[in-house]
Amino acid sequence: MVARPLVDESISIIREAAAQFERPALLFSGGKDSVVMLHLALAAFRPAPLPFPIMHVDTGHNFPEVIEFRDRMVEQFNVQLLVASVQASIDSGRVADVQGPRSSRNVLQTVTLLDAITEHRFDAVFGGARRDEERARAKERVFSHRDEFGQWDPKQQRPELWGLYNGRHRMNEHFRVFPLSNWTELDIWEFIREQRIELPSIYFAHRREVFRRDGMLMAATPFVERLPNEEPFDTTVRFRTVGDASCTAAIESTASNYDEVVAETATARVTERGATRADDRISEAGMEDRKRQGYF
Amino acid sequence: MVTTTLKFATVGSVDDGKSTLIGRLLLDSKAIFDDQLEHITAVSRRRGDDVADLALLTDGLRAEREQGITIDVAYRYFATPRRSFVIADCPGHIQYTRNMVTGASNVDLAIVMVDARHGVVEQTRRHTLLVSLLGVPHLVICVNKMDLVGNHEAALKAVIDQFTEFAAKLELRDVTFIPISALNGDNVVDRSPNMPWYQGTSLLRHLETVYTASDHNLIDTRFPVQYVIRPRTTEHHDFRGYAGTMAGGSLRVGDDVVVLPSGLPTTIAAIDGFDGPCSEARSGDAVVVRLSDHVDVSRGDMLVRPNNHPVVTQDLDAMVCWMDDRATLRPRAMYTLQHTTRTVRAVVTDLRYELDISTLHRNTEATELGLNAIGRIALHTTAPLFIDDYHRNRTTGGFILIDEHTNATVAAGMIAERGR
Repeated sequence: MVARPLVDESISIIREAAAQFERPALLFSGGKDSVVMLHLALAAFRPAPLPFPIMHVDTGHNFPEVIEFRDRMVEQFNVQLLVASVQASIDSGRVADVQGPRSSRNVLQTVTLLDAITEHRFDAVFGGARRDEERARAKERVFSHRDEFGQWDPKQQRPELWGLYNGRHRMNEHFRVFPLSNWTELDIWEFIREQRIELPSIYFAHRREVFRRDGMLMAATPFVERLPNEEPFDTTVRFRTVGDASCTAAIESTASNYDEVVAETATARVTERGATRADDRISEAGMEDRKRQGYF
Repeated sequence: MVTTTLKFATVGSVDDGKSTLIGRLLLDSKAIFDDQLEHITAVSRRRGDDVADLALLTDGLRAEREQGITIDVAYRYFATPRRSFVIADCPGHIQYTRNMVTGASNVDLAIVMVDARHGVVEQTRRHTLLVSLLGVPHLVICVNKMDLVGNHEAALKAVIDQFTEFAAKLELRDVTFIPISALNGDNVVDRSPNMPWYQGTSLLRHLETVYTASDHNLIDTRFPVQYVIRPRTTEHHDFRGYAGTMAGGSLRVGDDVVVLPSGLPTTIAAIDGFDGPCSEARSGDAVVVRLSDHVDVSRGDMLVRPNNHPVVTQDLDAMVCWMDDRATLRPRAMYTLQHTTRTVRAVVTDLRYELDISTLHRNTEATELGLNAIGRIALHTTAPLFIDDYHRNRTTGGFILIDEHTNATVAAGMIAERGR
C-alpha cells in the first residue's frame, strides 16, 4: 500500500491551490501521473464535483488509445475538458511546425500551453511532474512561480517552508502546482495497482510495429519519418511513459497486468525518462532549459 | 505492508563530503539508475575528473554544475526493506541559508557534516543552530573523513567535546555522533572494521531505526479549516464538509469541539479520509469533517477541543530567519503573514535582537535584519491568530512573511512564548 502521508500531502496541496487561486486547471495528458493526479483531485473535493477543468495540450501526434481513454475518463468522471491544440498554434502561425525524421512537436507545446493559460486566464495549473524524474525537477518547489512570460527562474525560487505555500502573484503571472512532487515512479504504480486505476492500454504489454533508433524502440506511426535503415518490426512492448508519439519510446516488456508492471518497475535499472524520452537526451540541462521557457 | 518514511536533510558543503555520502547511500540502496551513473561518469570524464563526481547526482541546475556548489535544495528518494527515505540535500554556503531552511523546515532528522580534520567550525555551529531553531527532532553529526585522521577515536572525541560546549545553549532533543568515511564507506551502511572502538550503529542503520512516532504532537488537537466543501448538487444538497489537514492531536466522531474564532461549540458528526469514512483522524491526516450543527465555519478557522485551546492573539513574539535579498526587515514595516490556513497583515512592532549565528550572542542594538540574518521580533496582526509555541507544534507555531509589493516569501517565523 502506498504510504498514506504521501496521498494526504498531495490532497492537501490540491485543496490549498484550489483555495488560493481563482482559476486553476489540471493538466491531463492521459499519462499515468496525470491520471493519478486526477484521481487524487476528485477525492480532494468529494462529494462535490471537481471545481476546475482539466486541460490536454494536444500535439496532434497521439496514440489513439490515449485519446479514446481521455474521452472515456471525461465521461466517467463528469469533468470539463479543454483541449489546447499545437496544430491550431501551427495553423495560426504562432509556431512553425518541425520537419524531418528526428523532429518532434514536444518543444512546441510550450507556446500552446502558455497561450492557453493566457486565453483562459488560469492563475494556476496542476502538473503531474515528480522530483524523482529528472534532476532539474528535483529542485523545483511544489508551488512554482512563473513570470508574465511563463518562465521559471531556478535561481530565484521562493523559499517554501513547512506546509505553507505562497501562491501570491501579480496579474499575468501564474503558478505551476505539483501535488506529486514527492512520489516516485514505483509509488505511482503501487497506487495504481492498489486502487485498480484504469490506464490507457498501451501501458501494458501488447504487440506493436516498432523500429529501433538510438537504442530505443519507437512506435512506427505516421508522425515519425523513418530513416532508410530504420526497418520496422513487430514485437511485444509497453510504454513506460506516455507523451507525444514522436518522442516517446516503448520498452520491450511482457508485463501485462498491474502486478507484473509493479514488479518490472521495482527492478528497473534505467530511469523512465532515460529509457523512453528522446527529448531528454538533447543536452545535460535540456529539461532545465525547457522549463525556464515555460514547459511543463 | 506499510513502511514508514523518514525525511531527512543533509547539510554541509561539497568539501565536507556530503555529496559523496549521499551518492554512497543511493548507490548502496540501488537507487541510482544505470543511465544516471553513465551520465555523471561521462560528464566527469569530459571535465577531466578521474572518478565520477557524485555531486552531479543532486546538483541538477546548470549554475550548480558550473560552479561546483549546491545552490538550492534537491530532493532524492531511496528505500531499504525497513523504511523509505526522502533526502532534502541542502546547500551549506551562508549565502544560500534560505534554501537550507526550506529544505530542513519539515524533516524528521538532519545530518550535519563535519570534517574530522577541522572539527567543529563556524559552519557547523551555524547549521546546528538552524536545525535547532527549526525544531528538527533528530540530529546526526557525521564526523567524516575519519580515514584522514588515522581512524583515531580522539578525533571523534574532540568533535563531541567542542560540540557539547557549543550546543549546551540550544534546544536539541536527540543528537547522535557517527564517525564515518563517506569515500570508503566506513560506518555508512555497515559497521567498519577500521574503527573497532566505535560501538554505535552505522549511519544507515540509525536512519532505519530512529524512532519518530512520538515526534508528532499527539496531544493538542488542532484542525485548521483549509477548504469548505459544499457540492450544491441535488444529490448532496445539504452536504457541508470542512476539509483540512490535522495539525496536531486527534479527532473522533462524536467528539465535542469548539470553532475558533467564534467560540461556538459543536460535535464531530463524520470524518472522511481518502479511503472513505473513518472513526478517527490523527496529526497529519488530510480529512473532511462534518459537524452536527449548522455553525458558520470558513477557511482559516480552527477546530479545537473545549479544554485545550491554542493562544488566540494579535500580538506575537517570534524568531525569524530573514530571506530577502532586496530589502531588510525593519521595525514598523508591514507584511502579509501566512499561518496555517489563515492569512493576515502584520506590522513589526519591535526588533528585539539579532542573533549572531556563530557565537549565539544577542545583539540588542540591531536596527535591521539582512539576508540570512536571524533575530527575535514582535509582531502585531490585523486579526487574531491561533498559535502554539513552535517547539510544541511546528505547524501551528510556524509562519511566513510575504512582501506585499513583490509577493516574495521574505521570512520564516517560529513563534516563541513571550519572555522566553
